[in-house]
Amino acid sequence: MPLIVKLLAQRIALGLILLLLVSGLIFVGTMILPGDVAQSILGQSATPEALENLRAELGLNDPPLQRYIQWLGGAMTGDLGTALTSGADITASIAKRLSNTLFLAFWAAIIAVPLAIFLGLLAVRFKDRWPDKLISAVTLASISIPEFLIGYVLMYLIAVKLRWFPSVAMINDSMSLGDKLSAIALPVTVLTLVVLAHMMRMTRAAILNVMQSAYIETAELKGLNGFQVIFRHAFPNAIAPIVNVVMLNLAYLVVGVVVIEVVFVYPGMGQYLVDHVSKRDVPVVQACGLIFAAVYIGLNMVADVVAILSNPRLRHPK
Amino acid sequence: MNDHLQYLARHAAAGKLSRRDFMAKAAALGFSAAAAGTLLTTEARAAGPQKGGTMRIGLQGGSTTDSLDPALSTNQVTLMLVRLWGEALVELNDDGGLDGKVAESYEASADAKVWTFKIRKGITFSNGQSVTAEDVAKTLERHSGEDTKSGALGIMRGIKSISAEGDTVSIELETPNADLPYLMADYHLVIQPGGGMDDPAAAIGTGPYIIKDVDMGVRIVAEKNPNYWGDIGHAETIELIVINDNTARVAALQSGQVDLIDRVPPRTAKLVDRAPNITVHSTSGPGHYVFIMHANTAPFDNKDVRMALKYGINRQEMVDKVLNGYGSIGNDSPINSSYPMFTAVEQREYDPDKAMHHLKASGHEGEILLRTSDNSFPGAPDASALFQQSCASAGINLNVKREPNDGYWSEVWNKQPFCTSYWGGRPTQDQMYTTAYLSTADWNDTRFNNEQFDQLLLAARAELDTAKRTQMYADMGEIQRDEGGLICPMFNDFVDATSDRLDGWVENAKGFALMNSYAPLRMWVKA
Repeated sequence: MPLIVKLLAQRIALGLILLLLVSGLIFVGTMILPGDVAQSILGQSATPEALENLRAELGLNDPPLQRYIQWLGGAMTGDLGTALTSGADITASIAKRLSNTLFLAFWAAIIAVPLAIFLGLLAVRFKDRWPDKLISAVTLASISIPEFLIGYVLMYLIAVKLRWFPSVAMINDSMSLGDKLSAIALPVTVLTLVVLAHMMRMTRAAILNVMQSAYIETAELKGLNGFQVIFRHAFPNAIAPIVNVVMLNLAYLVVGVVVIEVVFVYPGMGQYLVDHVSKRDVPVVQACGLIFAAVYIGLNMVADVVAILSNPRLRHPK
Repeated sequence: MNDHLQYLARHAAAGKLSRRDFMAKAAALGFSAAAAGTLLTTEARAAGPQKGGTMRIGLQGGSTTDSLDPALSTNQVTLMLVRLWGEALVELNDDGGLDGKVAESYEASADAKVWTFKIRKGITFSNGQSVTAEDVAKTLERHSGEDTKSGALGIMRGIKSISAEGDTVSIELETPNADLPYLMADYHLVIQPGGGMDDPAAAIGTGPYIIKDVDMGVRIVAEKNPNYWGDIGHAETIELIVINDNTARVAALQSGQVDLIDRVPPRTAKLVDRAPNITVHSTSGPGHYVFIMHANTAPFDNKDVRMALKYGINRQEMVDKVLNGYGSIGNDSPINSSYPMFTAVEQREYDPDKAMHHLKASGHEGEILLRTSDNSFPGAPDASALFQQSCASAGINLNVKREPNDGYWSEVWNKQPFCTSYWGGRPTQDQMYTTAYLSTADWNDTRFNNEQFDQLLLAARAELDTAKRTQMYADMGEIQRDEGGLICPMFNDFVDATSDRLDGWVENAKGFALMNSYAPLRMWVKA
């Protein structure tokens, strides 16, 4: 088996094992939460009989290992159970919320990733001159300000004063794509500002690192201009760390946008999770935790796979 | 009055002239903004409600975990939903009395033990079924069964039997209760076909709207019920958006995305009101913020300690600084003028000398521990700090301990001897006292145990003569204010806001926020 296939298989297997371990942690973590689930559903005035009935109904009397295996088996076949609070099917309700979150993350990524890499390249090209300093100053400022504050400021200027885009990013099925994009314009802008600096700085640093190499000097001596050197010789060799940071930020766009969702009233996963945590709706919390973990592990795995594939020494072993 | 101005006002009221243009023209004619504004409002009311249009409202409190079952309704959003699609037997009117809804009329037996409600003729549920006495009886039964999860269970406990006969429903009580009709106005008790026993969350009722699209905790759309019997529900479509973040809710109103919001933060309400197209409405209500002492636990079992603290609080300062003026001062009683049988008593003032005198008389020395948290009421830690300072001037050493929000209601409130809390109030004195001041009440959070008070409460409940009842409540108020463990510095106003797309707001409607949640039904969209 070629080395690279073996490496990839190893990496993917590692990701799956990690996910399995995390699922165990999530299950144990939600189990040791203070408070009995049946008690928190029925409230203080519950009679002992009612509590016992509900416990049996929820399968809380089975041994933990059996419950874990049942839960995991269900999750793998797409059955995440039903919410305790509303009795709704979790898979169906999460599917809708997750698609909203992915919709927002997708458009934020479409704008932020190319922009960050382009700005990074630009900063390298004009290193230590004013474009570099300006780009660094602006992106660092935008990452330093708390995201909800950027959200409020944009909301005040763009939604309340100029009225270009709505302040409430409410989307639903009856809206056209154009309406939806207009609705999410503000949150996408805020998310772009938040993730831009990290990716742009990493692009800049990784490429500058490569720029010290001997082959860059050769390329310059060949007579290539600045951008050609960066784009054709430096960038492909710096791709692994850049993809890494891009994936981390994409993961953030999916799992870390609770605050933005609340500020812009966006019906995504974050608000859904928060509502259920406050009601101690354990199956939903477990399902959300599993999905978030899967997204994080999956994107990191993609980053590693890209790093392996982009490494010529692994692609062409001696 | 200038004829031309009157003409313009009529034009503006009919929607042929924008409010801003009208104000500009009125100013050009030499009228003050206030006079012109009043004229415009009068003309708009005279023109009567306009039908049609879409009203968009942004409310706080909704959650993804909400249910359409009225029995499980707990927050402002689910309450509003119930108002849209359903109706109870009776409803509170603007004067604090009751209007019939599903019930046309009602009467009591001479001992106030049996109440008979006559069901309105010819009204139908939104599924086309006629409303029968049977439906009403079943609805009430569903909320009073032992295993019900209904939020109305507390008020249904004293019911012995419910029976339907012809077009009347009789409710027989274990003990007399003159307030029973008020209890029937509870929003959980909307009448459902078959009592909602088969499908409690079907949202089928006799209300002015029909729910079309529900995404709990996000957005709800309702359309006018074409067969509604009454004269409210003017907009064709109501779109309700859940906006829990305060700033986002205000911004949605300012940017014109919604026309009506609740809970404008008092700190920014004056700024919001300054915008030309927005009006902030402040309505006084029964809600109050409290400091509660367990009257059976040392040192609060000593009446002089309680008195020292009651004199050591500066109520006006709290209304000014914590409520930013959107409220009124309390008088250590949970009852204020929003209750039907309220009797005013002398206001207790901040008096460091008297506080010091009572503290000395009590013989108590050392610090007194007050627990508080952010969610016990908005600004509770600030209020506690103010209390600490006003107590310091009286020589009382108050120590404030900040508790975490999570678990405050299960670990601190009703457990620790001295803490901050709030009450939303109840429609009647009897309910408020029964919920929290009767010595056997579950939520007796001041551990108030006064035999005379308990006897008066039961006697007043059975008394149909309003004058006698009012006197009893006055006596109870005095006992509770002097003997009880309640320090009530302020009653918080409901602060709501509307855009000038809407008209028909009624100032100081009785009940709770948003004109007792009838604002979307009684207001209309200007054409």
